[in-house]
Order: sequence, then structure tokens, then C-alpha cells
Amino acid sequence: MLNLSAQLNTYLVIGAILFGFGVCGLIRRPTLIGMMIAAELILCGASINFMAFNHFLAPDPTVGQIMTLFIMAIAAAEAAIAMSILICIYRDYKSIELENLEELSG
Amino acid sequence: MNPTLLSPEGLSGLVFLGLVAVTIAGAVIATASKRLIRSLTGLVACFMGVAGLYYFLGSPFVAMMQLLIYVGAIAIVIAFGIMLAEPDESKLATKKSGLSGVLSLVAGAAVAWGLAVAALRADWMRPAVKINDGSVRDVGMSLLTTYSMVFELVSVVLLVAILGSLALARIGRDKE
Repeated sequence: MLNLSAQLNTYLVIGAILFGFGVCGLIRRPTLIGMMIAAELILCGASINFMAFNHFLAPDPTVGQIMTLFIMAIAAAEAAIAMSILICIYRDYKSIELENLEELSG
Repeated sequence: MNPTLLSPEGLSGLVFLGLVAVTIAGAVIATASKRLIRSLTGLVACFMGVAGLYYFLGSPFVAMMQLLIYVGAIAIVIAFGIMLAEPDESKLATKKSGLSGVLSLVAGAAVAWGLAVAALRADWMRPAVKINDGSVRDVGMSLLTTYSMVFELVSVVLLVAILGSLALARIGRDKE
């Protein structure tokens, strides 16, 4: 139990659990901000997988770290854009609840 | 063989278990709580636990960047979004049927179970030789040589994101 930190499988299972929580939250959240929080969880699970493979399996152990740094940069850009879209939606509809945004539902 | 509890390896194993507990508990709070600000707090706890896991994976640099970018920047942006839009999920949750909650749990559990089983069953190949030790110096070297193109492109993406969010948020402001 105490040497779990030296095994690849531990990290892969943690990443899978975070990904599952993210998918669950993405489905059940009724607002856009809640869905964004769930999307961040999914990105975090993916980053853990990259870092675990980087530490245990990669012949060049910088690749996964650089990939994780790029994921962080993309997540920051995504958060900024999503937040400004959200402010726009709030201005037009006076709410960010998904029930009121049905014009896009096709 | 198992290290004893009070040896250095045993203590670091205990710290690792604590970090895993913080990560999973944060993810549970982020997904399950009714108020958005509480679920943001859970997300922050989850990010801090993950930063600790990165430390155990041998890269303190990425752990610090995780704290700086995710906890310091993204969580604050989301907090501002919550404060500006004031969504009240507690009223919405009663309107939704209970079925969607169950279905989302089933979907999340299925995805997590599938990924975990696939990861545990696979036969991972250990590398015969490592060409460097993944230190901050090596990360900097490959960022500025092998991955310099991607590095520049990411900075352009961030610039476009800043300009885009400014342009989007500005629409409709002059009329008021």
C-alpha cells in the first residue's frame, strides 16, 4: 500500500477516475460554468496520463512535461475565451442556464 | 517488499496516499456539490493534489506551473465568472428529473472503468535507455530546440485568445 507512488498503474487509474468525474459533471451540470469546471477535470486527467507515461515509459522524459505545459496553455486560452463568451450570453439572455439557450439546439 | 511506516519511504508513501485522497475528494466535490462556488473550491483542491502527484512523478517544475496556472489563474477566472453571472444551480437541480443524474453517473463510471481496465490490462514496454533525466534544464533545452515551433505557436494562440476575449466582451458595451 505504501509503495503505490512507484507504480505506473496508480497514476493511470487516478487519471481515469478524474476523466470519469469530468464526463459525469459535463452531463449533469445545468449551467455553462459548471460544465467548464468539469472540462477542466477532464484536461487534468489527460495531463496526469501524459506525466505518468513520461516518467515511467518515455525514453526522452521531457516530452510529457512539455505536452503538459502545452495543455495548461491551451486550457488557459480556453478558459479566457469561454468566460468572455459566457459574459456575452449573460448580456443577451440574462442567464447562463442551458434551458434558456435553446435557440442553438437545432 | 513493503517499507515500514516510519521509514522515509513509508512516510513519503503516506504523503502520496494523502495527495490521492485530496485529488479524489476534490473531484467528488467539484462534480457533486449543488453550489457552483463550492464545486470551484473542490476543483482547486483537486488541482493542488494533482500538483503533488506531479512532484512524485519527478517534475517539480510542472507541479509549480500547475499551481501557478490552474490554481492561480484559471480558478480565479472561473470565480469571477461565477460572481458576475450569479447562477443558482440549487433551483435548477429540482427542476431536472432524477434520471439525468443517474445516467450521468453511469456514463462517468463506465468511461472511468473502461479506461482503467484498458490501462491495467495493457503490457507497457519499459524503455531500454533514457537519453536524459527530465530535469528543468533538459525541458528548457528541448523547448527551445526540438519544440521551438510549437512554443511560438502556443504564444500566438495565447495572444489571439487575449484579443478574442477582449473583443467578445466589448461587444454591446458602448450602447449602455
